[in-house]
Amino acid sequence: MKYLFEIVALLLIVAAFVMTQVISNQFVFFVGFVILQYVVMATAWNVLGGYGGYVNFGSAGFLAVGAYTSVALINFLGVGLIEQMIAGGIIAGLLGLGTGYLTLRLRGVYFAIATLALAIILETVVAHWDYVGGAAGTSILPARKPELLGILFVDRKDGVFTNYKEFLFFLMVAVAVLSVWVARWIENSKLGRGLNAIKDSEDAAECMGVPTLRLKLYATTISGVMMGVAGAPLASYLTFIDPLSAFNLEYAVNAIAMPMIGGTITWIGPVIGAILLGGAQQWASLFISSELNLLIVGVLLVVFVIIAPGGIVGWFKKSR
Amino acid sequence: MTRILANRARVWLLGGLMAAAFVLSAPFATPAKAQSGDPIKVGFSMALTGALAGGGQQALLGIQLWAEDVNKSGGLLGRPVELVFYDDQTNPKNVPGIYSKLLDVDKVDLLLSGYGTNLAAPAMPIAIEREMVLMGLFAMDINTKWQYEKYFSILPAGPKPAEGFSQYWFDAVKQYNPKTIAVIAADAEFAQNLKKGAIVNAKKMGLDIVYEENYNPKTPDFTPIIRAANAKKPDLIYIASYPNGSTGLVRALAEVGTDAKAVGGGMVGLQFAGIMAGLGPMLNGILNYDFFVPEPTMNLYPGASELIGRYQAKVKAENLKVDALGYYLVPWSYANADVLGQAVKAVGSLDQDKIAEYIHNNEFTSVVGKIKFGDNGEWVQSRTIIVQYQGITNNDLDQFARAGTRKILAPADIKTGDLQSFNDLRK
Amino acid sequence: MATFIDLLLNALVVGILLGGFYAALSIGLSITFGLLDVVNIAHPTILILGAFVAFILNSQLGLDPILAGLIATPVFYGFGWVIYQLYYNSFEKSGETDSLRGLAFFFGLLFIIEVGLIIQFGVDHRLVEAPYIGDSANIVIGEEIDVAIPYRLLVAFVAALIATFAIQLYLTRTFFGRAVRAVAQDMMALRLMGVDPIKVKRIAFALGMATAGVGGALMIIVLPIEPSVGRLYIGNVFAIVVLGGLGSVKGTLYAAVIIGIAESIVATFFGPSWAPAVSFGILLLVLAVRPEGLFGKTAGAH
Repeated sequence: MKYLFEIVALLLIVAAFVMTQVISNQFVFFVGFVILQYVVMATAWNVLGGYGGYVNFGSAGFLAVGAYTSVALINFLGVGLIEQMIAGGIIAGLLGLGTGYLTLRLRGVYFAIATLALAIILETVVAHWDYVGGAAGTSILPARKPELLGILFVDRKDGVFTNYKEFLFFLMVAVAVLSVWVARWIENSKLGRGLNAIKDSEDAAECMGVPTLRLKLYATTISGVMMGVAGAPLASYLTFIDPLSAFNLEYAVNAIAMPMIGGTITWIGPVIGAILLGGAQQWASLFISSELNLLIVGVLLVVFVIIAPGGIVGWFKKSR
Repeated sequence: MTRILANRARVWLLGGLMAAAFVLSAPFATPAKAQSGDPIKVGFSMALTGALAGGGQQALLGIQLWAEDVNKSGGLLGRPVELVFYDDQTNPKNVPGIYSKLLDVDKVDLLLSGYGTNLAAPAMPIAIEREMVLMGLFAMDINTKWQYEKYFSILPAGPKPAEGFSQYWFDAVKQYNPKTIAVIAADAEFAQNLKKGAIVNAKKMGLDIVYEENYNPKTPDFTPIIRAANAKKPDLIYIASYPNGSTGLVRALAEVGTDAKAVGGGMVGLQFAGIMAGLGPMLNGILNYDFFVPEPTMNLYPGASELIGRYQAKVKAENLKVDALGYYLVPWSYANADVLGQAVKAVGSLDQDKIAEYIHNNEFTSVVGKIKFGDNGEWVQSRTIIVQYQGITNNDLDQFARAGTRKILAPADIKTGDLQSFNDLRK
Repeated sequence: MATFIDLLLNALVVGILLGGFYAALSIGLSITFGLLDVVNIAHPTILILGAFVAFILNSQLGLDPILAGLIATPVFYGFGWVIYQLYYNSFEKSGETDSLRGLAFFFGLLFIIEVGLIIQFGVDHRLVEAPYIGDSANIVIGEEIDVAIPYRLLVAFVAALIATFAIQLYLTRTFFGRAVRAVAQDMMALRLMGVDPIKVKRIAFALGMATAGVGGALMIIVLPIEPSVGRLYIGNVFAIVVLGGLGSVKGTLYAAVIIGIAESIVATFFGPSWAPAVSFGILLLVLAVRPEGLFGKTAGAH
């Protein structure tokens, strides 16, 4: 079956839609949103880091750019969520393109630190930009009745979704499925093979005629777009956003740790890692009402990464 | 080479994982309905780890003491009270999920907010959607945009919290006829709001703002900031800072000195036991806000001294790793739950509309004194007190549990000391 | 004009001292990450562990925090030894070293240490007492110009200098030190020389970790500590090590001083909130011109 993946992907989106219509327990959507956001972040990181070997340590910066694009759009134009996500993707994609040019000179750990520096500089700039709340942060009222192309998305009676969290969840499922589809496509395309060659030896790839810069620019841009799209709904999810929460280091580290745990070589690795680690984090913080939740997260991280040195995917490979 | 799993196997794996996720989430979908006689559940998130955990752990104990008291006197509506809470890790991202779990899975009957603005604000839309009363704890002005009629704030800073917070500070320093002021603030939410309020108040007084800068929360050394401010020769220095900055600025003031008459204002952290003891005599002269201090006039607040006493005894007896004194948050987190509890008792049901209406229309007396809420859920009147650190000679913790080290200068009805200039107290 | 000179002089002096403080925080990482390529993201949290040891010895026994840090040094050495053994068995033994996997490992370790500290010490901010905290030496240079040197920063600076030179001497003048540097460059040659590279790395890692004793003590001397403070400094310490050039302990010191001066000047003249943007901006600029850092010798990739 050539299109099995696509069929399953579509089924997942349909299933998510059915879930929003059938399940009345909102908790599922809250937890689902957070985990799916991590699926996108991990997948996005892996496009550059797993396939191309360029480690982005500033993922939080890309996510925050998406989030703050939304805040600015809400404040300037009052546009809806879908437009915010498109805009967030574009802006973060441009930032990704910019970081792509960094790869001209910087490799390995130097590139990683440069992306971290970029995120910190962005954070400082946002903290000084009073229009989006500056360091004090800002409250965001999601549009009461978001509409696009004549479709009323959220309304208790006539909307497609009865409340905002269902809408956010559904969009995040769509984004996650699309991201994974893109990652899978890259993996099987010339781009993916070229990135793999760059990862093995950039100089050798160059000699073999791989257009290294162009491929790296594609990868950084695609990765940036994904992170920006994942970050855009954050403003509507939290309804209050400040630089400290948007640029949280946790995003940057999780975006690396999740593919590491799942496996970086194929598209499924980051998905597994995000679901396992993100799920474990959510479970610990929502079912253990003490500081021990953080301890469990730490122990799980250490155990995961030790027992599965090639990621969960690599572990499967071994046991076969 | 990269074909680790056959295509089909991989898809099944993905499908399997998704299915597993759904199966795992299934138990949450069918919780039992609450029945009378069952406990009344009060739910909230609290910062038990991360940057605000110092306050959060203290606040949690305050709420637990309240539950103890209520249950000792027969509970609410004849039902015992049960607290359901989760650690938000001082990370706003965790808050929506926690409140959803509280409402959809734990089926709590009443809501309190977590500690601090950015951890309280994300709970707002959920409370609104479910039309639940939300009691905010030290959240700065989060209802202006929402205008939610069932939100009430425990932050004694008046209807415009940012300005109300420093109102008495500026009243107190009037006696120096100041002309100029320097404003230093942390690059973070609470401090920035305090700064905005302070600037409004300073302009009202006709002060010239000669220095206005923010600092990054991870700044390790503050001497350049104090130097730069001093160079503008301000009569006053208003500081809105978080614990790290408060400590660093107090030390920098000790190292560099200043000619300003009054220094301080919105320095968070100087009320914490460990920091007070650690800084000791360096605190002398600082003019800062506070919420509760062991001065005799504070007995106007019925039950507060007893509550603090119980807290301190409990901390000692159980060797709890929290703030040893508990002045800063315990009475407030207690009052936060207490107001809600009193309203439930008076209304005689858990009807959120009626509870909100009752809280709007009545004045409450709790461990923090009389509380009256205005239309936006903020206090009608500011009760942020202004204290000056005086006569501290060593780093002994116990002195801060006695009257005299933190004299109340404002508001006037509970005044216990007179303002002295910063340098007069530092010889 | 006098005011300007006064501010400038003070900014420079404090900046240099602050740089020393940053160096003390980064020096251990300069070994573990710079030389050994172990992405020890938990380093600042291990410093916090050191800070709490200093706090306990200071508040319970009245010991000077620096002395407390020195006493703790062997314990941290042992701790580093154990951590490296675990790290080696889990990640390096298989041969295909992937230092990123180590990052996830140390991220987990960070949480474990942090919660351990919370359980043992609680979440309150802690300070130490020492005669040199809250006082400064005032040097009058001219009319309206005087330089105040805060003793707590001076102490941090001197300690950082001593540590840097001691480690530098050890790495350049002793056989074992040279072996450590060789491990970073040519494992094979070491093996041929009959030296067990794993043993060398273990000792070097433990040495890097041992600096957390004094480093942590300096941290709690300069600022108040609670378990989660370490996370704030992850970016800074990595930036300083990279700016200085991987593998160069001296470079780390110089980079730290450059960042210290930059932050202090910015804080004095342009507003302190821009300080992090400026120091990371410098990092970006330097990397754009010299991708291997200021004092790095190996070009480009790791």
